[in-house]
Amino acid sequence: MEHIISLTLENKFGSLSRVAGLFSGRGFNIESLSVAPTLDPSVSMMTLVTKGDEPIIEQIMKQLNKLIDVIKVVDISESEFVERETALIKVHTRPEDRAEALRIADIFRANVLDSSPTSYTIEVTGDVRKVQAIINLLQPLGIKELVRTGRIAIGREPTRPAQAQSRPLAKAN
Amino acid sequence: MQVTGAEIFLEALKREGVKTMFALPGGVVLKIFDVLHQQKDIRVILTRHEQGAGFMAVGYAKATGKPGVALITSGPGMTNVITSLADAYMDSVPIVVFSGQVPTALIGNDAFQEADNIGLSRPCTKYNFLVKDVKDLAQTIKEAFYIATTGRPGPVLVDIPKDISMDKAEFHYPTSVSIRGYNPTYDGSKWKIKQAADAIMKAKRPILYVGGGVLLSGASQEVRELAELTQVPVDMTLMALGAFPGDHPLSLGMLGMHGTYVANMAMHYSDLVIAVGARFDDRVTGKVSEFCPKAKIIHIDIDPTSIRKNIHVDIPIVGDCKRVLIELNNILQATVNGNQKEQRKPWWDQLNAWKEEHPLHYDQDPQGQIKPQFLIDRLYQLTTDRNPILATDVGQHQMWSAQFFKLKNPQSWLTSGGLGTMGFGLPAAMGAQAAFPDRLVLCVAGDGSIQMNTQELATAVVEQLPVKVFIINNRFHGMVRQWQDLFYEGRYASSYLGTVPDFVKLAEAYGAAGIRIAKVDEMDSGIREALSIDGPVVIDIPTYQFENCYPMIPAGGCNHEMLLGDPPDLKKPNAMQRIGTQADSDSVITA
Repeated sequence: MEHIISLTLENKFGSLSRVAGLFSGRGFNIESLSVAPTLDPSVSMMTLVTKGDEPIIEQIMKQLNKLIDVIKVVDISESEFVERETALIKVHTRPEDRAEALRIADIFRANVLDSSPTSYTIEVTGDVRKVQAIINLLQPLGIKELVRTGRIAIGREPTRPAQAQSRPLAKAN
Repeated sequence: MQVTGAEIFLEALKREGVKTMFALPGGVVLKIFDVLHQQKDIRVILTRHEQGAGFMAVGYAKATGKPGVALITSGPGMTNVITSLADAYMDSVPIVVFSGQVPTALIGNDAFQEADNIGLSRPCTKYNFLVKDVKDLAQTIKEAFYIATTGRPGPVLVDIPKDISMDKAEFHYPTSVSIRGYNPTYDGSKWKIKQAADAIMKAKRPILYVGGGVLLSGASQEVRELAELTQVPVDMTLMALGAFPGDHPLSLGMLGMHGTYVANMAMHYSDLVIAVGARFDDRVTGKVSEFCPKAKIIHIDIDPTSIRKNIHVDIPIVGDCKRVLIELNNILQATVNGNQKEQRKPWWDQLNAWKEEHPLHYDQDPQGQIKPQFLIDRLYQLTTDRNPILATDVGQHQMWSAQFFKLKNPQSWLTSGGLGTMGFGLPAAMGAQAAFPDRLVLCVAGDGSIQMNTQELATAVVEQLPVKVFIINNRFHGMVRQWQDLFYEGRYASSYLGTVPDFVKLAEAYGAAGIRIAKVDEMDSGIREALSIDGPVVIDIPTYQFENCYPMIPAGGCNHEMLLGDPPDLKKPNAMQRIGTQADSDSVITA
């Protein structure tokens, strides 16, 4: 199953290679990885998408925790979350396809960033299914280049107001 | 007052209590060596190869429990020390290795003797540092020692560019360290420990499976208390030998691929495995799907990644072995009713039956060639009252040492377990000898593995490290030959060494003493003679060439299905013909 893991790590030389090296060294797979500094410039936030059965994911979480540069590890996909990915798609357009390309972009609320007589560069942001859907629709026109950011994700806050002391106390053993 | 990076280095090491370091100089570390040369607090042992320096640091650390320290140069110095780092990482040995690096301005320029030390060592160290500013040097050294020695110990590398050793800064040594991403768990969950105690009291056929973590956490006494309190038998891994006295009535000896019959049978038929500081290595589990089929498993380990890595665990306890066992023993102390011996009798009857059924054994014809086990056995008998430290290389001789040399005390067994590095024994023994000049330090090696680091004999002579090196000389890579016998129809592909050096002359060439023991009745006098010599001694013992090490669980086999001797169809008598070379005609070879 797919898991989205959010890592807080030291923003210093070599941290990224320690994480990447762990995955390659132990044969875990990385579907996507995205990393950038946080509000605190000494700390980076990494979103990592991986696949594996439960024991593998347990090992991945433990191994990541063991890395000295990793401050915190959360499996975001264990609870409610929102995710986004941005793709830049350079699509080839024959004169008769140009209107179609714009229509598709419009349907997905995508922006055209650059235009040439024979191409559009389209920016789309959304969850992974949306990005995949627009790629599927544009593919028949001819995609010249495709760049994706990799997914980022963040946990959802509870939608109901917190109720003090509403949970029953756990029974003493 | 501002001092140079090299002086900061020296001062920091003194603050860490370093007394001895193993080192080999080169261009970029000369400033540091120059400072070391002008002081007397730290003994600098010049090795002949960086791998030797690394292994000496490992031997020092294993024998003392304190971090071993090595200093080497950039480029080839670094690549040479990698094997020792990988070895220390697999066996969780606390060492701190300082590597020289080209000046910061040249890093990445393919400068002379440049290597990406951080990239090279990343997968085989617990952590590594590149020092980019002399102001960070003291703090970095403090953190390096802290990381190497705390939690699950391991090797740490500190890479020091040449200009950093020459730049100047104020010396401030931090008194404490706090690393936000590194907080090992030392105290086990009380609730889980209670569960474990209940399980032990209920179990009918429990077994203690003790690993190297017990030595690292200094929990030998606690293991002994637990075993004696509950009358639970004790299996030890290769790494744990000495953690529990090998001659104790509750000891079943080593388990695993070449473990004793009773140790492996006890695991297979137990209903509760209490794993303490062990990691369920494939050499112990054999076929994972059939490992301990009837047992619940308690696993005590400081490293969460060791738990449920390859074996399902019922009661996981993350924590320091010593602290967890103290807690566990306290609970059990209050629960045991004094008739544990009575309750465990059926289990012990079974264990004793297994012990008698297939004890470790070998046949030594008094007129025939020396059997390697005979040497280990005699060496054990003649030295055990001197509480020796025993180092080994890797192979058959290592397994025979583990089987027949019953160590009584912790920190007296130096062997390369996880990585299985040939060439480990001699330098490791020397590292231990440097720490304990007055103790008897033995090394048992094979003629194959000793040749991987013989150059350190020069170091042993110059530095007066009087190790006694016993070479089981069968002119083979014996363990490889054994596998070829058993699994490759006796085709000895590249396992026959042909000519090996005359080890007596080799020792003498280095200025050490050399002795040859060629006959069974010379064994005791030969060993005594070797022990009576003050300096380093190499003892060459030509042995029967085709002895195989049993019991053996073939790789991926099941723990209760051991080979207990050569299969009847093994065609050893014709074996030499299959080597395809003109076999030596001397007396050593007469299969």
